[in-house]
Amino acid sequence: MFFNKEIETMPRKEIEALQLERLKRMVDYCMNNVPFYHDRLTKAGVTADKIKTLSDIQYIPVTTKEDIRDHYPFGLFAQPMKNIVRIHASSGTTGKPTVVGYTKRDLDMWSDVVARLCVAAGATEEDLIQISFGYGLFTGALGLHYGLEKIGAAVVPASSGNTEKQVTLLKDFGATGIVSTPSYAMYMAEVARDMGFKKEDFKVRLGLFGSEGCSDEFRTEIENEWGLFATDNYGMSELVGPGVAGECTLRQGMHIAEDHFLAEIIDPNTLEPLPEGEQGELIITPLTKEAFPLLRYRTKDISRLNKEPCACGRTHARMDKIKGRTDDMLKIRGVNVFPSQIESVLLGVPQVGPNYQLVVRREGVMDKLEVKAELIDPAVLEKYADLENIQRSIKHKLQVVLGIDAKVTLVEPKQLERFVGKAKRVMDLRNEEGK
Amino acid sequence: MLKQLSIFISNEAGRLAEITGVLRDKGIDIKALSIADTTDFGILRVIVDQPEAAESCLKEAGFTVSITTVLAIGISDRPGGLCSALELLRDHDITVEYMYAFVGRLENLAYVIIRVDDIEKTAEILKAGQIAVLDSSALDKI
Repeated sequence: MFFNKEIETMPRKEIEALQLERLKRMVDYCMNNVPFYHDRLTKAGVTADKIKTLSDIQYIPVTTKEDIRDHYPFGLFAQPMKNIVRIHASSGTTGKPTVVGYTKRDLDMWSDVVARLCVAAGATEEDLIQISFGYGLFTGALGLHYGLEKIGAAVVPASSGNTEKQVTLLKDFGATGIVSTPSYAMYMAEVARDMGFKKEDFKVRLGLFGSEGCSDEFRTEIENEWGLFATDNYGMSELVGPGVAGECTLRQGMHIAEDHFLAEIIDPNTLEPLPEGEQGELIITPLTKEAFPLLRYRTKDISRLNKEPCACGRTHARMDKIKGRTDDMLKIRGVNVFPSQIESVLLGVPQVGPNYQLVVRREGVMDKLEVKAELIDPAVLEKYADLENIQRSIKHKLQVVLGIDAKVTLVEPKQLERFVGKAKRVMDLRNEEGK
Repeated sequence: MLKQLSIFISNEAGRLAEITGVLRDKGIDIKALSIADTTDFGILRVIVDQPEAAESCLKEAGFTVSITTVLAIGISDRPGGLCSALELLRDHDITVEYMYAFVGRLENLAYVIIRVDDIEKTAEILKAGQIAVLDSSALDKI
């Protein structure tokens, strides 16, 4: 099923021609409407005329989150406030929030690309979908909200929090879909079970997950808990919100809405473009945004691109599930460690639950990684040896996957913090202790 | 034969108070207990008057808990009393996984809880060796 078959199955050559035309127009638009880009582009000697092929994009300087913060709140807007109809902002856990604006046409484009990913994920006008993302400045909830309405699904804007009420609504309304973070979907399943409900009490068949990474193993667990079919989608408020990319039901990568977003992969250290198929930092240039255009935005997400057409019929390039954030990437004893790798290991050990926490400390000159996991299997309480074997086996698997030694600590179930929004599973204490 | 609860606890302040608090709120009486710990976690083993009720309320409170069958053997409270019971088990190649004692006594006998693999066989050996084995019905008296 397609929301816009003509565009979603456009031949590769046509997509690229459209992207080139739009990129040139966007360079011109930024030059003329955003002083920051006028300076940047002039300094770099880039004008729209100089962009002859898509690969010429590498001559345009990248834009970072810091650039957006430096122009807080509206310094990078390309339109006067009379043309702006919506403002969103990112959570801003460090420093000031990043503020983004939308014109009417931006909102229309946004709900269009979200509608595409919803249809690709299997949603139809028959569905009743509960949105358990926090409504407000965060783009996740309203993004999915308008996209789902556009395809004619019934939307329940439950927002986040008050989980018991969420579970009751899911059951009483007979929701057929959930929109949330993967970790919150899992938490809702736990709460549903504590309330005495069984999987059969619900009609949820679709899970549209986003806003944080999710390993295949964790996704399978959520699917089993709810009896649903889950897909991932991708986006960030700076780019538009959700809708940049989403999986089709074949789940072989997330289709990027390439008529609106131009994706590249670069080496995060040298900023050089990487050959097709290699893993690196995802750079996105929105091609049609009016209110808040960006050129070559550094997402800090690690992914890979595949431009082969998909068996579903879509021709738009697919990006891999986010392997990690260049920010989240922990360097422990010189080794790059992604929390997602540790999650995969823990999900392969049935005696421990899916929640975990990573603590990194510095002892002397050595970095120490501690992995805390919840012991959930009562069958291993008879013999200490069994518990020690679990610890040892996790430790061994981590050693194989990460190449470094970790201390494994088993804790009681529900001891680790649960997260309603994005999970914060890493505590890096290396710069805090011993100060 | 008695039912024993094993409860997994993180090695953090207040966890034991929390468990005993859950049992208190349900009016469950602890008859015997043992705790073994490593630096990170411990296993609390308890004999209580209502094991099933205790298991379900602890599970509800989020603890990882299991029930196992153990033997409580009566030994005369004098030097060598425990030793002769253990020698009997050793002579029959029965390995004791862990062991701890009741606080109270019953009819001049001290009771020791042992966990072994083959409960039935061990109970028979003890009976043949004329060593008393506590029945759950006698738990209230201890």
